[in-house]
Amino acid sequence: MPHAVSPSPDAEAPTNVGDSYMSDAPAAPLESEEAASETDDLPTPQNATPGASKNLEDMFDDDSDDDEFSSSAATRPDASSQPEPRSAPSKPRYAEPDTLRQFYSRIFPFRPLFQWLNHSPTPQPDFQNREFAFVLPGGAYIRYQSFASADLFRKQCIQMTPERFEIGPQYSINPRDRKTLRKASAFRPVMKELVFDIDMTDYDPIRTCCSGAAICSKCWQFITMAIQVVDAALREDFGFQHILWVYSGRRGAHAWISDKRAREMDDTKRKALANYLVLVSGNEQGKKTGIKRPLHPHIDRSLKILNPYFQTDVLADQDPWHSSEHAEKLLALLPDKTLATALQKKWDSSPNRSSNQKWSDIDTVAEAGNLSATFTAKQLVEAKQDIRLEYTYPRLDAEVSKKLNHLLKSPFVVHPGTGRVCVPIDTRSLEAFDPFSVPTVTQLLQEIDEWDKAHVGMSEEDRSKVQDWQRTSLKPYVEYFRGYVASLLKAESAGKRGREEEGGGETMEF
Amino acid sequence: MLAVTSAPRIASNKRTVVDARRQQFAKTRHAPEEYPHRLNFYLVPPAGDIALEQFEEWAIARLKVLGELESCQFRNKTPAETDEHMKPVLDKYMRLSSNASRSGEVQDERKRDHYSHWTLRLAFSSTPDLRQRFARLETQLLKLRMASDDARERRAFIDSLSMSWETLSEEEKITWLDQLKAATNLKRDEEESWFKVAWEKVPELVERRQCLLKRGVAYVHVREQQTMVINEFSRQLETGLELAARNLPRMDEDNRLSPILHHLSQSFVAPDAGYSESSSIGDITTPTAAAIDGLSQHFPLCMQNLHRELRKNSHLKHFGRLQYTLFLKGIGLSLQECILFWRKSFKLIADDKFKSDYLYNIRHAYGDVGGDSNRRGRGYTPYSCQKLLTEPAPSAGQTHGCPYRTYNPDNLLSLLQSVGVSDRTLLQGVKEDVGKQRYHIACNRVFDYAHKAQIKKVKDEGLWSASELDLVLHPNAYFKRSFLLKNLGKVKAGDLGVDGAFGVSSGGAGEKMEE
Repeated sequence: MPHAVSPSPDAEAPTNVGDSYMSDAPAAPLESEEAASETDDLPTPQNATPGASKNLEDMFDDDSDDDEFSSSAATRPDASSQPEPRSAPSKPRYAEPDTLRQFYSRIFPFRPLFQWLNHSPTPQPDFQNREFAFVLPGGAYIRYQSFASADLFRKQCIQMTPERFEIGPQYSINPRDRKTLRKASAFRPVMKELVFDIDMTDYDPIRTCCSGAAICSKCWQFITMAIQVVDAALREDFGFQHILWVYSGRRGAHAWISDKRAREMDDTKRKALANYLVLVSGNEQGKKTGIKRPLHPHIDRSLKILNPYFQTDVLADQDPWHSSEHAEKLLALLPDKTLATALQKKWDSSPNRSSNQKWSDIDTVAEAGNLSATFTAKQLVEAKQDIRLEYTYPRLDAEVSKKLNHLLKSPFVVHPGTGRVCVPIDTRSLEAFDPFSVPTVTQLLQEIDEWDKAHVGMSEEDRSKVQDWQRTSLKPYVEYFRGYVASLLKAESAGKRGREEEGGGETMEF
Repeated sequence: MLAVTSAPRIASNKRTVVDARRQQFAKTRHAPEEYPHRLNFYLVPPAGDIALEQFEEWAIARLKVLGELESCQFRNKTPAETDEHMKPVLDKYMRLSSNASRSGEVQDERKRDHYSHWTLRLAFSSTPDLRQRFARLETQLLKLRMASDDARERRAFIDSLSMSWETLSEEEKITWLDQLKAATNLKRDEEESWFKVAWEKVPELVERRQCLLKRGVAYVHVREQQTMVINEFSRQLETGLELAARNLPRMDEDNRLSPILHHLSQSFVAPDAGYSESSSIGDITTPTAAAIDGLSQHFPLCMQNLHRELRKNSHLKHFGRLQYTLFLKGIGLSLQECILFWRKSFKLIADDKFKSDYLYNIRHAYGDVGGDSNRRGRGYTPYSCQKLLTEPAPSAGQTHGCPYRTYNPDNLLSLLQSVGVSDRTLLQGVKEDVGKQRYHIACNRVFDYAHKAQIKKVKDEGLWSASELDLVLHPNAYFKRSFLLKNLGKVKAGDLGVDGAFGVSSGGAGEKMEE
């Protein structure tokens, strides 16, 4: 079930197109053992085109575009009008190689992306030894691509028109040369941005509006809350400054932290940091790691951030305990049986109380003396805190953050299921971000045409001053990204100079 | 460096790197080493002369200690139990007296400790696997010894280390007092004293949210200092081992040491519950895909459970498939038969889908496809109990792992009952074991019960030695022993002899070869 068959943007998409990342596919034998569980039941990408799978290794070694197995659309432009019959009838327009080629050649901001990953204007190993993985139309998954410069990267994107590509770590040597090493262990990841993935599916146990791949503006609020909490912790607790939040194209958000200190973290530190942030896990509802008292300052701060959202977005909008079966969930979360029974009785006699009312009922009923003798008011306050956290605290897909060599979808690529561009989210106006107003690739191409029509009278010279992306609604996003990258490069070069001066000082002593 | 000159002594010293030339022509000085502290970070290699016998003897004694320590780990002993178990062992093989004891042996004991550590460091630096195990056990040993150290001497030892921590000033303390208390969960009777380090130095405290974080600086309570010291030790040992590994081939010696070192490292491998080829029953009979159903009665619960799930759903998820495939490979099922087995078992899945989604992984596990190292190593090694007990727990829908660990006790008991284990006292015992997290003691308990009669027979008739009946630490070993016990009559006892008699070829089939 390659993603190409998904008929329309809103249709239920196959799982492997989601906002997911691929952990190591069997191409890397040593790591495949630890591949995360999402590989379950998904076709491993190589195997999606059976003929290609065997030759895949060779395929990106010699870089040959052998017609025998490479998905023809990618390498021969003329074939694009006749995609594989299997996927042809329902293939959405934004997944067409032609659309993608236009997108990559005219709109995609390769230059800032390159600088962002390279941490310098001139190519250095940060970019050159970095792994990119391409997902080609047809489903083939090609790992260990690397590029000497932004231009070469762009060229290959235009030529192969990947549906999306993912960014991996910088390796100890150029990933394309990894087979030339005598010792496989000399090929190892050395640096990557710290990444986070927040996915709406982890919220399924607590959201009432949608489920699975679908989202609406109500449940997007969960992502907004999560971004605020995680962002605050990363900045205040860990002192990171260069944090880029990116809409994942459908139902979640990614974070990329580019601080040097973050990039150089090894797996132990990544795991520690991820677990520091994880409190509630997505799949086992109600099973939290016990929250200790007194609250850790991080949890305390998070609660302060989340409290207002709990009132408006959870109690009012989600109304998670409205029906009596849902209310049982709430009762199960209350540790005191006497209180739970009293509440049950009250709600049985007057059904249709809203979540907001039920939430305040807890206090009224408790005050009326329906508490066990051993259960103190303080415990009740704590139990209510726990419930608030359960319903608001970020649910991270922590596995993504824990491994240095994990690949994650690049910003600005097109989500193959929705056609939306994975744009950065400006945290200064986080509340204003609306995932449904994010432009789709087809819309962007249209906007260029419209702009051209509207500016027919403009002189050729003036026209060329306005680049294609500036003619579209992607403009603010690209500008935000450029500004972000500029500040990163500035900090990077300042840091470098500082270190050199320091080093110079040391040599003077000799 | 790490050079062993013609005299039987280790003259490996980091500092020689700096001015190797000068060192080479300098007269060797052997200032007698002083050991002011009971504990040792082993930063400086020994430089004195010792006899070859001592070299080996001391190392073997230390090895014994490490081996015992590891077995405590395998048996899931609690720290208190480990402590109790290790006390006599340490006293016997590696006594270390405190300064206060005024024993005349103090310096000798510490010298032995120092030298034996460095000998084993050489012996175990050769492969990443050995290095990792050695570092883990040495770290544990230090932890154990630190806990038993006199408080004042421990403080003196910690102060003697140069660690980069800074005590919190009074001012900072007052500003953040509430947060500090909350973050480090300060008890009423504990002193209000914290220190600052970069958070990267204390990842495990960060992970458990047991320190205060401010802009990348961790504020840690003094009680955590010990843990930090131990982590630092582990970190330095790991780098030291890697350094040793890189220089091992260049070791300058006259063929007296390498056999000893080789032997030492070999005997460290044995007690691990590694997979050995002798766990396959390929010599007795050739298992086929069709025979698995019949053989499954001999499977340990982890594999029986997978088998049942497979039969029930005609499907298994990735990690379950992997675990089961490797186990089947371990019992001697050939690749062809294994593919056949899965093909037939996944009866709801079309040929095309099977080929594209599952076949590759099976072949990969057997080393039939994949990268060079995978093929050369003939795929992955079947998982040991240790591996199953330490990997992340399965999430919803996944069935891999060790059921004794992953099932909640009630479900576990009903699972056991459904595979025919119904003795009440046995189940009670299993429940207790599981409660204490001694999962594979529980598994062994079930094994012993299920093979009561046969075990009695081989014991009474003296067919098997006691060592052939010790704890099972590998699913494949479980299977093999069960198979042999249940077929005692069919295979003549003479040919059997369990392990060994089958001509164990060196280097098990699945062992991944070091490159």
